[in-house]
Amino acid sequence: MRGVGSLSALSGDCQRGFSPAPACAPPPPRVSPPGLGQTMASSEEDGAGGGSLEEKEKGRKRRLGALATAWLIGYNIAMTAGWLVLAIAMARFYMQKGTYKGLYKTIQKTLKFFQTFAVSRIFMVWFITHSIKQIQNEESVILYLVVWTVTEITRYSFYTFNLLNHLPYFIKWARYNFFIILYPVGVAGELLTIYAALPYVKKTGIFSLRLPNKYNVSFDYYYFLIIVMASYIPLFPQLYFHMLWQRRKVLHGEVTVEKDD
Amino acid sequence: MKHYEVEILDAKTRDKLCFLDKVEPNATIAEIKNLFTKSHPQWYPARQSLRLDPKGKSLKDEDVLQNLPVGTTATLYFRDLGAQISWVTVFLTEYAGPLLIYLLFYFRVPFIYGPKYDFISSKHSVVHLACICHSFHYIKRLLETIFVHRFSHGTMPLRNIFKNCTYYWGFAAWMAYYINHPLYTPPTYGDEQVKLALIIFLFCQLGNFSIHIALRNLRPAGSKTRKIPYPTKNPFTWLFLLVSCPNYTYEVGSWIGFAIMTQCLPVALFSLVGFIQMTIWAKGKHRSYLKEFRDYPPLRSPIVPFLL
Repeated sequence: MRGVGSLSALSGDCQRGFSPAPACAPPPPRVSPPGLGQTMASSEEDGAGGGSLEEKEKGRKRRLGALATAWLIGYNIAMTAGWLVLAIAMARFYMQKGTYKGLYKTIQKTLKFFQTFAVSRIFMVWFITHSIKQIQNEESVILYLVVWTVTEITRYSFYTFNLLNHLPYFIKWARYNFFIILYPVGVAGELLTIYAALPYVKKTGIFSLRLPNKYNVSFDYYYFLIIVMASYIPLFPQLYFHMLWQRRKVLHGEVTVEKDD
Repeated sequence: MKHYEVEILDAKTRDKLCFLDKVEPNATIAEIKNLFTKSHPQWYPARQSLRLDPKGKSLKDEDVLQNLPVGTTATLYFRDLGAQISWVTVFLTEYAGPLLIYLLFYFRVPFIYGPKYDFISSKHSVVHLACICHSFHYIKRLLETIFVHRFSHGTMPLRNIFKNCTYYWGFAAWMAYYINHPLYTPPTYGDEQVKLALIIFLFCQLGNFSIHIALRNLRPAGSKTRKIPYPTKNPFTWLFLLVSCPNYTYEVGSWIGFAIMTQCLPVALFSLVGFIQMTIWAKGKHRSYLKEFRDYPPLRSPIVPFLL
């Protein structure tokens, strides 16, 4: 009965436009750690000769490599799980409806919601925090990092357990309730970080293109950031209310299933 | 003569909105819409969509009541299309904007570039030429709207005017700002580049105009007939041999010419966005042609010969 219950929960989520896991967690700074490069069939590093200092360096790199490797493997499993969920939702739709017409419409809101999410994350990491080093120690950075961490751990464990058809209720509860606090806090962290970066952007003119130049175009990253901050005003409420709507549907659906049992 | 009765229900709520009795069998949908407006004046005919099925396609104004699959009491479903605005109004507004806006930048009106440059004209000849070309293009469009085009539909939804004007006016301001900027850099290859660009631009303007005239001549005044366009004696129309919508092909060509002339990235981006939009329209038009005409020439592509 419990197995059936969680299957219904899975199908219920699929029918309601199950949230897929896009490439939303902050990507690791390297594509593959040096350690991995050595264990894979890469000939480049083998060529380097070594004194003892170099060997010590290599040793340290290998240990760091192992950690990063473990993280990467975990990250990739999670990514796979997330996208697998989306694939299952799509396959289910096709099996039930016999057509792919309307599939995008079913998953689009959630997909767009998470992809927008992903874009803003990539932007925060690479175009703000990484590029403008002076703000890396701001409290607002810690704020959004903690929020993202808690959010992602909750989300990926939710997907993993779901796939294993063994979803503890508290995970589901966490997934659909934590965001109520985490979203606004995360947004605050992001906005404060961008705001802190503004004076440095103005001073250095980073990512900006000035006149004159032969393509007769200019770009002011400072004003672009101000527009980005302003865009949170229409975007954030939409995302927030979408999550609230999903929460109502899923948690309400859960109640119905239990009654049937 | 047997008269019909027509009841009009709301497509969403199925409420009875209007009951017309003693309707002539040869009455058109347009006439029925006029009768409906009498009882609901806020729904002028242009914003009425009447259909036989609540979820079906809209009936055409020319459809005749007795030719429809209805009994002597016809049930029509009504959907409100929202506030409407005439195509002519939209075109005039969206084209007048760029014409004026560009000139504001060209004449270096105050508060744009700084007091040092107010009303000072550019020292580059290409900047003057660009202004003439840009203005010519939009004056041509305005005149074509008034004198040449024959529109299938009278109106479009009101919100389109805000969307369209933002697009045209926004891009016009963006490109005009850079072309007329005191720090504008003339084209890398100088006069040769400008000359070549001007030839492309003029050629495509003439081409585009020729196609508009050819399309106008396909359709008698006041009618909504659709025919396959064919090449005429005008060599610019020979592009019809290869393409369904040569007016769009020439339009993209004009803007490419203008981009080469000004060597301005915003112009290139405007050309690209325009190209994408016109390709979508051309593909739609091409598909309609294929659906409607069995004998449609197979060699034609929508917008780019052989490719797109």
